[in-house]
Amino acid sequence: MEHEKGKAVSVLRSTARRSVLKAGAALAGSAALGLPGMVMAQGDKIRIGHLTPETGFLGVLGKYAVMGVQLARDEINASGGVMGRQLDVISEDSVNPQVASTKAQRMIERDKVAVLMGEINSASALTISQVAERYHTLFMCTGARSDVLRGKDCNRYTFYVDIPVTVMVNAVGLALVRDNLVKGKKIYSLTADYLFGHDLSKAAKKFFAANGGIQIGDELVATDVTDFSPYLMKIRQAQPDLVATNLAGNQVTNFVKQYAEFGLPYPVVGFNLNTADAWAAGEGNLSGIWPTVWHQDLKTPGSEAFVANFTKRYGKPPENHAWVEYVTLKMLAQAMNATKSTDTEKLIAYFESGAKFDILKAREGYFRSWDHQLMQEAYPFTVKPKGQSKNKYDFLQFGEAVPASNQPLEMMAPTKAESACKM
Amino acid sequence: MEIVFLLEQVVNGLVLGGYYLLLALGLSLIFSVGGVVNLAHGAFYALGAYVSLEVIQRLGFGASIFITPVLVGLLGILFERFLLRRFYSADPILSLLVTFALAMVVEQVIRMIWGAAPLASNMPQIFKGQLMAGHFMFSRYRLFILLVVMIVMSGIWLLLHKTAFGRVVRAGVQRPDMVAVLGIRLQPYMTAIVVLGVATAALGGMLFGPIAEVQPAMGNEIMTVAFVVVVIGGLGSFWGVVLAALLVGVVRGVTIYFAPAAGEASMYVLMFLVLMFRPRGLLGERIERFE
Repeated sequence: MEHEKGKAVSVLRSTARRSVLKAGAALAGSAALGLPGMVMAQGDKIRIGHLTPETGFLGVLGKYAVMGVQLARDEINASGGVMGRQLDVISEDSVNPQVASTKAQRMIERDKVAVLMGEINSASALTISQVAERYHTLFMCTGARSDVLRGKDCNRYTFYVDIPVTVMVNAVGLALVRDNLVKGKKIYSLTADYLFGHDLSKAAKKFFAANGGIQIGDELVATDVTDFSPYLMKIRQAQPDLVATNLAGNQVTNFVKQYAEFGLPYPVVGFNLNTADAWAAGEGNLSGIWPTVWHQDLKTPGSEAFVANFTKRYGKPPENHAWVEYVTLKMLAQAMNATKSTDTEKLIAYFESGAKFDILKAREGYFRSWDHQLMQEAYPFTVKPKGQSKNKYDFLQFGEAVPASNQPLEMMAPTKAESACKM
Repeated sequence: MEIVFLLEQVVNGLVLGGYYLLLALGLSLIFSVGGVVNLAHGAFYALGAYVSLEVIQRLGFGASIFITPVLVGLLGILFERFLLRRFYSADPILSLLVTFALAMVVEQVIRMIWGAAPLASNMPQIFKGQLMAGHFMFSRYRLFILLVVMIVMSGIWLLLHKTAFGRVVRAGVQRPDMVAVLGIRLQPYMTAIVVLGVATAALGGMLFGPIAEVQPAMGNEIMTVAFVVVVIGGLGSFWGVVLAALLVGVVRGVTIYFAPAAGEASMYVLMFLVLMFRPRGLLGERIERFE
């Protein structure tokens, strides 16, 4: 309890210290240049407010997001910037939905950012998108996957880059149906107890019901659970044919490790597993079928160059959150260059126009105008047979892109009739 | 059959409680003897996990069980000698701030050395898998943890109750002034207690690494549970902490059996009830020390 209080103090203190530092740096900078404010304003940098969780159960993923956005920023700036202006990305820890909202507001009001981007936590993404709507500022929501976020809670100032829950469920679901693991089978679920988990559970239940699966249990798990043993015992008691996890962040890692520890025999699938969490579980602890939005083994010239540059700079391969942040900043740069503007309305019009974006995949992506979701390929993955991995990042077996190249990209996304999004 | 599954949760809770004990006992000892709430306890737990990864890589899992606590325990000497010692008689808020700051520093140092991404720690192959005893399912690895905890706890109990060292420590907990009057300096004893506490925390970190993931903030998560255990058990009582750790494990397991969503809240409700009806904790000797 002292502990929690301490945390709050630390947040306050670090923000205060950071702003003092920033003010100091700004002072030192203007003094050194000795230029009048007018001149400085012309060559002014384009400021991007970047919020993502750098601590807590999604913190590890957020760190990758920061690395990804920094790499994109440096590449863009090295090639002359956007409209001759350099990009200045202000990355901050979004901590939780309340802090995220406060910081987003401060970035708009005080730091005068042109655009907001980032986030992994769906609940925080929701509060930021509400700020974006209130201040009429563009928000590129990168890593948050909730369906509700882009359904009922959508707004015209927010665009969604990552694949939504429904797409993840469909990507894995198609493989499950193929392997005959759904029809007439008893399915037991564990669900992360927050917005995203509930969303995932809803989409998964809908899929199982539509394909003849029998849901025999679905238990909520708090996000700070590290010990899953009591839940594993409940699973054994239920004797399911399939264990379906709707967990998030390091919950997934802890669950799969302990599942292997207890050696339960039922097949596991999950609708959400980031590659960083899979790496953390380690070879020998992971099994089952999972979905991903992007992976480092993708053989396209763009992806290979990105993986090479990222690995050279950070000494490890990029994770899917590094990818999503990287392509988002590149898409923003493309939109600003094309519209020759940082004006929110012009950028929205460009993104809504169906413009194509190179997102380092075989097929280009585009935003659907009516719900602002990026239409793109996704990939299922499993685990390589023992002894086939080259290093600790190399034990995942990535499958072919879904939808297949002859099918429309919109096939797996919710249809207009299914979506609650009204802008 | 239903009752078997409930019993299984109780037994599993006892096993888990044993693991909580590794952290809570050190925390309780340091507080009882020095009057310092060591918020950096979780940091030593995390350090234990990271140091063990290095030791396991070079010398193997078996050696790490002995070497990791010793290495982190040595850090404990520095911690006590140069930091903690200055705050025994100071305003408790100062030691809170200092140990909290240390926890953040250690977390950042871990990030700088080992990186922010979680690392995979694996248990030896022979511990993997389940063991069925009648209708009860156990994880082999957790039974091994339980064995280690039982050995360590017996050792600490013998140390505190059957040696001259332990007599001075226990006297120091109850009447530090009387111990001083008898001409005994408590400081070396305090160093030993901190080393002991920090080493058991490190052992906890090492043992839990293969079950969860090894990441810089892992100490924060476990600290809350350790605090709850100490508060429920009551300060200055060896058996109080043991009882509370087991109770927290069992209550959590049983709650998850009936209402999984309430699992994590159960230990706080338990703490609330204990504080309402017995503010000094289950077996606590007094409540006035920390004010």
